[in-house]
Amino acid sequence: MEFDISMPKCWRRETKGHKFCPGCGHGLVLKALGLAIDELQIQDRVVFGCDIGCSLLAYDFFNVDTMQTHHGRTTPVITGIKRARPDRIGIAYMGDGGGYAIGSQHLVNAAARNERITAILVNNTVYGMTGGQMAPTTLPGMKTETSPYGREISQTGYPTQGPEMVAAITREGAYVARGTVGKLSQLKNMIKKALETQIAGTGFSFVEALSTCPTNWSTNAKDTWSFLEDEMTKYFKVGELKVPAKEE
Amino acid sequence: MAEKPIQGEKRVFMTGNEVVAWGALAAQADIMYGYPITPQNEIMHYWSRLAPKHGKKFLQTEDEISAGFTTIGGTIIGARAFTGTSGPGNTLMQEPMSMAEMYRVPAVFIIQQRGGPSTATVIYSQQEVTLTTFGGNGEGYRIVYSTATHQELFDYTIKAFNTAWKHRFPTFVLADGYQAKMREPLTIYDPEAKGIEMVPTVPTLGKEGVPGVDRPPVHMTNTRNTEEELYEVVKGLQAAYEEMWPEVEEHEAVECEDAEIIIVCHGVVTRSARVAVSQLREAGIKAGYFRPITLRPFPVEPMKQSIKGAKQLLMVESAQGQLARLVKDSIYGSTIPIEPMFRPGIGISSEEIVEKVQSLIK
Ligand code: SF4
Repeated sequence: MEFDISMPKCWRRETKGHKFCPGCGHGLVLKALGLAIDELQIQDRVVFGCDIGCSLLAYDFFNVDTMQTHHGRTTPVITGIKRARPDRIGIAYMGDGGGYAIGSQHLVNAAARNERITAILVNNTVYGMTGGQMAPTTLPGMKTETSPYGREISQTGYPTQGPEMVAAITREGAYVARGTVGKLSQLKNMIKKALETQIAGTGFSFVEALSTCPTNWSTNAKDTWSFLEDEMTKYFKVGELKVPAKEE
Repeated sequence: MAEKPIQGEKRVFMTGNEVVAWGALAAQADIMYGYPITPQNEIMHYWSRLAPKHGKKFLQTEDEISAGFTTIGGTIIGARAFTGTSGPGNTLMQEPMSMAEMYRVPAVFIIQQRGGPSTATVIYSQQEVTLTTFGGNGEGYRIVYSTATHQELFDYTIKAFNTAWKHRFPTFVLADGYQAKMREPLTIYDPEAKGIEMVPTVPTLGKEGVPGVDRPPVHMTNTRNTEEELYEVVKGLQAAYEEMWPEVEEHEAVECEDAEIIIVCHGVVTRSARVAVSQLREAGIKAGYFRPITLRPFPVEPMKQSIKGAKQLLMVESAQGQLARLVKDSIYGSTIPIEPMFRPGIGISSEEIVEKVQSLIK
């Protein structure tokens, strides 16, 4: 089947073209999310939270109630919403800095408590909005503004393996996966399963999306794609790490 | 409808933290989010015991940052939500409080002050005045009630929810470790039986209907691209704050009309001032006390009026002049002498105040 190239129904047309840089992967992640929302017909029940960082540009992206939060704090805001109104579908959208650095305690504890929310984390190996600093996900040897000679793993450790960590601390019933904007149909299916997990109420759901940041990678289209497809996937294995057992 | 947690009114003997839990229950709070820190813990202890019996909820979060942000989440989706904290937890909670100011989230925060700076003591102080009134990267768009007795703790916990939801500013009940842990008699009541109507809550996000089809979507943003855009936002917040100011400000002025010396205090220290003033009056000394109940917005005009005829002020607080800064700012232009009696982190007795006043009078 051909992949639909039209805009998802739940996208807000008035705010398109979007605000991300040309070649940015955010728009693709949000397309996958939009399609998943459409297919599940949950536009009226979704409450979308976006983090600070380039994620903040998504605050008026959908015809969905949305709250822009603080850097790293989208997970607790959505948790608070979901706890008070379990009939809503809470989505926390964040970058790698928001989820794995400044907000890591929230991600870890939301996962450990099995919060019935869906966290979508965009991994593009850098801090985008602040100008290309080293992120928890920066690859070994990779040059950034705060690792100008390349990430020195003896000093700064290895890239955070987010879904692996979340899979390790969640219980049966949770959904954990890593997708990529390079495989949009698969990414959409992962996000859909994550949302279905929340709707079923079996556990926490988490999708990391490998994504592109040509602005801070200083790459042209070809190099952007090859960094995503060839370099990032060496460290970050795409696939499902935890899937709730099928009901009998 | 579920049975009311309190029928009519009832005389009880409780600790302040227990009072807060009952106050929140009487105010029909839906959910508390919290993280352990002394001396606030028993609010959570009592709430988490009471909550399931009355169809209410509780979430213990991973830290105070999360407690603050989950409280914002609950409030924004239309629940009557609250949290409580103290000391270093209050410091951490300034980040969510700042967001609550920007979005005008009617969340309720209970602060039980402990000693500072740093971990300090878990006992008592009035050192979180500056933090609670003006903490955060903004202009202090909050409402802060400072209570003196357990009865007030109950009354103002209920009131805090109504003020918050009516005026849509984050609202604080500022008490302290003494009030938290001490046991005293008070009357708890069903607000309705006293003619107090609870201001209804409304969700900001998650209203009925398909956004973009049945209604416009709600898109909350707290970022601004230009200085001018932000300026307009802050001006709007300022205007709204000034508008509610006269309606919300509260104070207590006792024996101030003919007083030569006026004791200025707030919170639990008021109790000592009250006793001191009556003893001083008995001894023929014209003393009175003025006490702001709202530290934000500060009762500026009532304070100016109350001190008009006095010869001097005695500033009494369990902090190094945190209340005094609010006072000086408010009475700017007055030349009345101010005598400090600052006791950071320790309690102040009526005897100490009487002694101090006597030394100033002769
Ligand atoms: S800086 Fe990078 S992540 Fe941010 S919008 Fe531009 S390309 Fe996307």
